[in-house]
Amino acid sequence: MDPGQFFAASRLVIVAGKGGVGKTTVSAALARAAAIAGLTTLLVEVEGKSGLAAIFGREPLAYREVVLAKGGSPPGSAEVRGRTLTPDDALLEYLRDHGLARLSKRLVSSGVLDVVATAVPGIRDILVLGKVKQIERAAAAGAGDAPDLVVLDAPAAGHAITFLQSARGLVDAVRVGPIRTQASEVLEMLTDPGRCSVVLVTMPEETPVNELIDTAYRLEDRVGVSLGPVVVNGLYPTVEGMDSDPREAAARASAELRSGEAEALAAAAGFRRMRTALQREQVARLAERLPLPQIRLPFLFEADLGRAQLDRLAGELVAGIEGLTDLSSASGAPR
Amino acid sequence: MSELDDLVGHSEIVICCGSGGVGKTTTAAVLAMEAAARGRRAVVVTIDPAKRLADALGLEGIGDTPVVIDGDWAGELSAVMLDTKSTFDAVVVKYAADPVQAQRILQNRFYRNISGALSGTQEYMAMEKLYELQAGTDFDVVVVDTPPTRHALDFLDAPRRLTRFLDHRLYRVLTAPTRGMMRAVNAAAQTFVRTVAKVVGAEVFDDAIAFFQAFDGMEAGFRERAERVLELLSDPRTAFVLVASPKRDTVEEARFFASKLGENEIPVRTLIVNRMHPAFTDALPEAVAERARTLRGTDLGGLYANLADFALVADREEHHLAGLAEQVAPAPVVRVPFLSTDVHDLDGLREIGDRLFGRTRA
Repeated sequence: MDPGQFFAASRLVIVAGKGGVGKTTVSAALARAAAIAGLTTLLVEVEGKSGLAAIFGREPLAYREVVLAKGGSPPGSAEVRGRTLTPDDALLEYLRDHGLARLSKRLVSSGVLDVVATAVPGIRDILVLGKVKQIERAAAAGAGDAPDLVVLDAPAAGHAITFLQSARGLVDAVRVGPIRTQASEVLEMLTDPGRCSVVLVTMPEETPVNELIDTAYRLEDRVGVSLGPVVVNGLYPTVEGMDSDPREAAARASAELRSGEAEALAAAAGFRRMRTALQREQVARLAERLPLPQIRLPFLFEADLGRAQLDRLAGELVAGIEGLTDLSSASGAPR
Repeated sequence: MSELDDLVGHSEIVICCGSGGVGKTTTAAVLAMEAAARGRRAVVVTIDPAKRLADALGLEGIGDTPVVIDGDWAGELSAVMLDTKSTFDAVVVKYAADPVQAQRILQNRFYRNISGALSGTQEYMAMEKLYELQAGTDFDVVVVDTPPTRHALDFLDAPRRLTRFLDHRLYRVLTAPTRGMMRAVNAAAQTFVRTVAKVVGAEVFDDAIAFFQAFDGMEAGFRERAERVLELLSDPRTAFVLVASPKRDTVEEARFFASKLGENEIPVRTLIVNRMHPAFTDALPEAVAERARTLRGTDLGGLYANLADFALVADREEHHLAGLAEQVAPAPVVRVPFLSTDVHDLDGLREIGDRLFGRTRA
């Protein structure tokens, strides 16, 4: 499928996965891929310290939007912006926008905000998601300064479910008032496949795959979100010659091996063969247990994630998206 | 005897901390298993919605009370999955003046909300469970896998946070009318509270008032307990193990944890770094990569390219670790290699144990 079409399918993409699987990396790569496809993209982090900004070689993000990557390179690409959304800032902004600026100051100075947040579970999450919804609405209306796409780097797995469940929980718990309105509007956005989709990230290993499958079903059942393709991160790229014996290979290449080198080459090749076989097994198991299309990203042996590596991963994502047949297969995982 | 040997042999509490996805749960299970192998009665406590420990121990499900895990150890190994709510319930029952007060609190809607959702409750209850287990006589050592929270060291602050919450001025305001004092002083505050109540819904506040009325008189018990839990954390019988993986961002988080522990005057006893890629060679990564380039297109070139991959990644991982190792010094750094197979059963845990404790496996 065409990447432009893929990224235009919903204005909000929520990236979720267990800690350590590369959720933030995938968020950044998705944003960059969308920007290369010409969509001005806003990366949103909600937990702070996610390292999103570091990938772009920038200072840590703040509530105010900043440009993480300028547009125009390659030609036709749009910019990637970034910001952190915190419940406190989102609430202050909400109250200010509703003519309650005085109330907001007292809320903060008295510490009542903490208490209110405690009294109403999910209120912090809904404040953040409410702000995301506001940005999404602005994007839908084509507002001057609004991005075309929002990529949300969600909290790690267990928390992601609680985070996204907060809207439904509040709709059930609070009968009237602005919180309820906010929650039901957020829920409307989350459950509309034309507005929001969730990309789940995993590594090709036993436990992360199990957790991903669990998370996928829970998100569909309890939140009712539409699931996009699954990103399997960290696959060892194929290297030729892994099955060959180092001494025989050296003889064929008319090359000499130093002492101990044959053993090192054989051990490293053996490790890669075993890991690659395991990874394939897990990818196949995931495909069998969860009928969602997969996009695979390589493990980067050569360097830490910086701009160059990000562009490489964005390219791999685009290739993966081009390989997808259609989006209809990407929504609704039948049990 | 290494620091880690000393730790599993003598510490009474072992707390594994670190960011999500670094293998904390596995490490906690391995340390408890090792203590059991050395004849101690060990229990591992985890808090994990994804039930990872049960996975790692090859169990279908472990519960809120310790479950004995069968194995060929000289001592005993048990596991507990923390259920925040039932632990909180037990604490309430313990400190309530009578069963009527306990029931009034347990049935309050506001309580039911905070017992599951109050930020820090999970961490506090982990500490509570820890306290309960070590105070009992069933176990020689309690190994705790800290919660996978947004701010993974919240548990250090959790006991204080809960008492702060119970002492909050707003609740003093809310409960003041029933205490029959300072009614006039609080008139302005009450107006403010009513405005807030309009935003969040009045029923929430009614529930909150009922909760704090019911809770009246129990704060002292809670505060005293919180203080004792805090003392326990800085007791020399308690050992903190920092768990990390060698990726750049997780090392940065580990450094943050190390400095937080330092601020709390809690020494890191050992740094365990999981998932270290094996290097397979002492040669310079660039030299191996160069050799791969000259031999490109041949099988040998492929073999060198692969060796260069691992040499490069291992080199980079060591580079990331250097600063962290220096920061936690004199605590030793124990490296656990990324294995060619995944760890998700008892055999896998044994293998990790062998690596951690420097035994080579046949």
